[in-house]
Amino acid sequence: MKNDYRARSHPAWWAFLLHRLSGLALSLFLPLHFLALGQALQGEARLDSLLRWTEQPLVKSAEIVLVLLLAAHLTGGLRLLALEFLPWRDWQKSLLAWAAGAALAAGLAFALAL
Amino acid sequence: MSSAGQFYAAAPGPGAKPEVWLWIAQRASAALLVLCVLVHLFTIIYAVRHGLSGAHILERTRGNAAALAFYSLYVLAIAVHAPIGLRTLCQEWLGWRSASLTWFIGAIALALIALGVRAALAVFL
Repeated sequence: MKNDYRARSHPAWWAFLLHRLSGLALSLFLPLHFLALGQALQGEARLDSLLRWTEQPLVKSAEIVLVLLLAAHLTGGLRLLALEFLPWRDWQKSLLAWAAGAALAAGLAFALAL
Repeated sequence: MSSAGQFYAAAPGPGAKPEVWLWIAQRASAALLVLCVLVHLFTIIYAVRHGLSGAHILERTRGNAAALAFYSLYVLAIAVHAPIGLRTLCQEWLGWRSASLTWFIGAIALALIALGVRAALAVFL
């Protein structure tokens, strides 16, 4: 099938792109996350100084985006698993909306410290 | 039985192509990661709500064998899932399909395991 503008105007194409880009971003972030947690080997004070660094507005914003991406990758992945492994049902058409809504809710819960 | 039913009933044998095993590994690790990420997201939201500090984090994880087991499993699932996803991305977007890609992806998987297990131990010890 030609992957032209008609395919890209479908919400499922944007879901595919978001799933792929969020996966890429999370893969790039993971080594940094692991290295940061590894700082605990040098004691609680070292971990605290790192946590203070993350309180800067720009870093905090990046954290919110990362939580959103993690939640979006989770809900988008759940949608894919449902499409691939469950028998087709009409409610699966609404999965995109549910996935987006749940990811947004998780991001907001983190951003607003609910 | 429908043709779809027959498809699902056919389990891959030992001679199945590596692509089939990678597809299965990607889905199996995804299913495990659904649970791990859910727990992780709830922990993040809970931790931020109660004030994030080195003391709070280490209080939950130091000497906590269940947490160490959970994070080790989480790291292993990530080390399977992420490299397979990156492999597909390299193939489809970069046109990288040579044998060197297998080595590159393998190296990423090993690096993720090493860094991840080190991080899990760092907050446990």
